[in-house]
Amino acid sequence: MATVRLSFSPAPVHVRTARLVGVAVARRAGVAEELLDEVRLAIGEACTRAVALHRQYGLPDLVMVQMSDSDSYTVSVIDRAPIEASVGLAKLPPDELADEALTDEALTTGVGFALLAGFVDDLQVRPVEDGAGTEVRMVWPVSRPPKQR
Amino acid sequence: MELSLATRTVAEHTVLEVGGEVDVYTAPRLRERLVELVDAGARNVVVDLGRVDFLDSTGLGVLVGALKRLRAANGTFGLVCSKEPLLKIFRITALDQVFPIYPSVEAATSATDDRDGGGSAA
Repeated sequence: MATVRLSFSPAPVHVRTARLVGVAVARRAGVAEELLDEVRLAIGEACTRAVALHRQYGLPDLVMVQMSDSDSYTVSVIDRAPIEASVGLAKLPPDELADEALTDEALTTGVGFALLAGFVDDLQVRPVEDGAGTEVRMVWPVSRPPKQR
Repeated sequence: MELSLATRTVAEHTVLEVGGEVDVYTAPRLRERLVELVDAGARNVVVDLGRVDFLDSTGLGVLVGALKRLRAANGTFGLVCSKEPLLKIFRITALDQVFPIYPSVEAATSATDDRDGGGSAA
């Protein structure tokens, strides 16, 4: 059961809102203060990727972000793009990063994935269960005082 | 919060001071400004990230684009960054091996003045 669920039209301007909400919920869930910058960046990257895919495929559907804080802080960013769009996720080697032949889009995608993989220890990218789309699922530990009896 | 851009000249270098958040929404403005600078004849460009509090893959892509453009024009391109969270982003993406990154504007402008000198930026 999601604690907070946010849907937004696939426009770059809304990615910042998703980041702000994601960090606010993370703080309340008990994610360590020193991880919040990474949470902010990772949620931003996952949402940026979803927005880019929706725009690439001309999809007006909403991008969905689900945040849950049961035993850990879990954020799922769900797009509705065809599954094959996710195949291009790959970290680029340094000598290819500034290669003239690499398009801006390919560079940004590769760098975005490197950031996700680098900042999120528990990261899964998987097809959604119903229809087209991919879920990027990120999990962070929470530390909170033990519950009072 | 919002992106801020200001240009000044230091030791024959064009220094673009960037502040605020560089993300998928604001990065196109940064790209436009860098293209304008190169089109106007700037060849030694330093981007000062000292007041940037958020930088994502789109912003990094814009910086790589500027590096390529200046390289093609026989120019130089350097970054000023001393904030650990931002430096970590460059390390994780391996872009610290692509960009010259300096701790201060002075270090950046003197290093690119004296590219054959072999001195350390830090």
